[in-house]
Amino acid sequence: MTDKLRETYKEEAYELLAELETSLLELEENPDNLELIGRVFRAMHTIKGSGAMFGFDDIAAFTHEVETIFDLVRNGKLNATKELIDLTLAARDQIRAMLDASDGNGAVDAAVSETIVAGLKRLAPTSDKTEAQAAISSSQKPEVKDSNSGDKTSEITYRIRFRPSADLFVNGTNPIPLLNELRELGSSRVIAHTDAIPVLEDMNPEICSTYWDIILTTDKGINAIKDVFIFVEDSVELKIEVIDQGWADGEAGDYKKLGQILTERGDVKSEDIDNILGRQKRLGELLVDAGVARPGQVASALVEQQHVKEIREKRQTVEAAASIRVPSERLDSMVNLVGELVTVQARLTQAAALRKDPELAAIAEEVERLSGDLRDKTMSIRMLQIGTTFSKFKRLVRDLSKELGKEIELTTSGAETELDKTVIEKLNDPLVHLIRNCIDHGIESPEEREKEGKPRIGNVHLSAVHSGASVLIDIADDGKGLNAAAIRAKAIEKGLISAEAALTEKELFNLILAPGFSTAKTVTSVSGRGVGMDVVKRAIDELRGSIEISSWAGQGSTITLKLPLTLAIIEGLLVRISGNFFVLPLSSVEECVELTREDSERAHGRNMANVRGQIIPYIRLRDQFMIIGEPPAIEQIVIARVDGNRVGFVVDGVIGEHQTVIKSLGRAYRDVEGISGATILGDGTVALILDTSHLVATATLEEQTLVQT
Amino acid sequence: MSVSGIMETTQYLTFKLSDEVFAVDISKVREVLDFTSVTKVPRTPDFMRGVINLRGSVVPVVDMRLKFGMSETEKTVNTCIIIVEISLDNETTILGALADSVQEVIDLEPDQIEPAPRIGTRLKTEFIKGMGKKDDHFIMILDIDKIFSSEELAMVQGAKDKP
Repeated sequence: MTDKLRETYKEEAYELLAELETSLLELEENPDNLELIGRVFRAMHTIKGSGAMFGFDDIAAFTHEVETIFDLVRNGKLNATKELIDLTLAARDQIRAMLDASDGNGAVDAAVSETIVAGLKRLAPTSDKTEAQAAISSSQKPEVKDSNSGDKTSEITYRIRFRPSADLFVNGTNPIPLLNELRELGSSRVIAHTDAIPVLEDMNPEICSTYWDIILTTDKGINAIKDVFIFVEDSVELKIEVIDQGWADGEAGDYKKLGQILTERGDVKSEDIDNILGRQKRLGELLVDAGVARPGQVASALVEQQHVKEIREKRQTVEAAASIRVPSERLDSMVNLVGELVTVQARLTQAAALRKDPELAAIAEEVERLSGDLRDKTMSIRMLQIGTTFSKFKRLVRDLSKELGKEIELTTSGAETELDKTVIEKLNDPLVHLIRNCIDHGIESPEEREKEGKPRIGNVHLSAVHSGASVLIDIADDGKGLNAAAIRAKAIEKGLISAEAALTEKELFNLILAPGFSTAKTVTSVSGRGVGMDVVKRAIDELRGSIEISSWAGQGSTITLKLPLTLAIIEGLLVRISGNFFVLPLSSVEECVELTREDSERAHGRNMANVRGQIIPYIRLRDQFMIIGEPPAIEQIVIARVDGNRVGFVVDGVIGEHQTVIKSLGRAYRDVEGISGATILGDGTVALILDTSHLVATATLEEQTLVQT
Repeated sequence: MSVSGIMETTQYLTFKLSDEVFAVDISKVREVLDFTSVTKVPRTPDFMRGVINLRGSVVPVVDMRLKFGMSETEKTVNTCIIIVEISLDNETTILGALADSVQEVIDLEPDQIEPAPRIGTRLKTEFIKGMGKKDDHFIMILDIDKIFSSEELAMVQGAKDKP
């Protein structure tokens, strides 16, 4: 039991540390932001508090020291200087190290803790006093924090009756801006009482005969409301009452009865209501009929009832929508089960189609729909926002640019973009690499930048955006851009291309993805070890993604990663060669055309097809895979877009769309090229999933060796 | 003389390749399946027969006869796939081993097992854990982890360069 609790604490602590880091880095940019200081303090306070509770005494003790200093910052006795933030970041790393070490593996260097604490103490004005102060304030502060923490629960609903005196207009006051100002305070409804307005011919436009009921839900407090009316206070009749507090007892979604509201407002006497209730018509109508209330008043009260009801319902849904923590293994096993279900469903559909039994077919269809929904829902549970990964890089950029003596800021957008958990996890390392590259190779030193007429501070921009079934992640910098000539020279030197090869700029840029390619002249700790972009390329390939590089000399470069939303299930196109089945990812397939014997003869045995005037090179998968047997008279070319080019894949026949649950081929086949996985078909046989980009690369390589010999 | 590492009575599953009897530690065996259709993965060595569907997971199948330099396994009524659990680079993984027939489960005392001779088996010595003796028959006890070690399977990689 304790172990489980400790585990939970650690999980939570890691999250808090991540939050702490983000907050600290933001704080560095806005050192006076009280909310950020509060966030830092709260994170540390929780780490300390729960740490002590679960027996992480060393963490609690250490965190207490850091927290004490931050309490001074919070009370305005100390400024959040760069030095302080540096130390606090170091402290964060130390806490993390302590957490890591708590498993018994690895030890923590206590000296580091001492240095950090000593450094922090130096920053504190006078230690004796502050310690006493800290003790006092930490015992007081939490209550204050609770009441203004700005959560949904502290929202209060007010009923405001705003009845201006008749000469309001004469004084030059316009009530509309006042009402607008109220609206800005929170969710509100405004009801105008126009019953007192005389008929047109008797009307004096200078006399205000309207009054308003405003139902306002706000967390700003009653004083904010009073402030709105501060200049008209003398000439209006203002009544503000609390009608719903966030924590009201026994709230069941229903609000007070209409009669009760009207009595409370003093619009109707309670005896009148009792009287009328006996007559059993709708109360509102009855009241109007009886002449005790004007229709406007009733309508206004009804609106109030509605408003509070909605607010309470909303609050309840907010409470119900609170998240729960689930171990990721459980999710993984659920996805596996759904995968199996989809496979079984495919079998059922196939069996039903063979039986020609309409009842069975109907059931199969229903199961298909349900398992499809279930699949989508399960996949969506695994979706995580990429923002957490993004914020991790802030630290990386900060530390690296310092180390290299550059001034660089990291900006991000699209942090809310969702991606499958596994994709996000595997994306971390390639992104680190790409960002390091931007910092090391891309962005110039501040002096160089100034000479170029650019701002001293370089910018690295990370962005994520959805595009169909993929997510595009851009890593853009405003540095010097890629040097096409240098890449060319290097590629020739490394023997990647021949000296006279004519390559487009794009093809040249793609060369940096080749193994063993690095153009940095000096080897730094950051990059230049020759293992770079090819590692990134391999990682992205593993995720079934692709990389695109664009660059503008002197203006910077952008690397775009195109990644699938999920790794578990894809839409595929099922094709057949002899008795072998293969699946092509449908997202890359553009069209299918026939290839007759005459067509191939007309091309003189060269693997090119003429598709509506466009030349499409194709790969005969039968030859490529060494499948024995004669091809049929009419074959099919599946044309797919591979790394920006249209390439055909010749197969015996196209069977159709297939919901492909991706299975790994296992470690035994991990180095097979051209095949990225397997899937199980409706009849239980295994079909292989083709890796189009690898197939093309292998075919290109083979063709080149063939031509050379 | 006994073999180091084999201290107590152990159960072995015996199977035949051609006429020879081999054995694997029963704790490594998950189950035995009838021979089903195997999907060949293109451009891999012949002894990697392909993959099968094992209740929704894709499991590679190795032809033991080809691995041991015999002719390819022909499909008969007795042909079966022994599903074994091996550790590959410290990761547990599942593989199918194709055998002509499965015999029985036997108990072997440590003193019934002798180290494999350095010559004469015409197999890599590290593949063999020891030689068992049962009713005047020799049984080659295989070290299944070694047979399917990553270096052995790395031959899969090399094969792609073959035309």
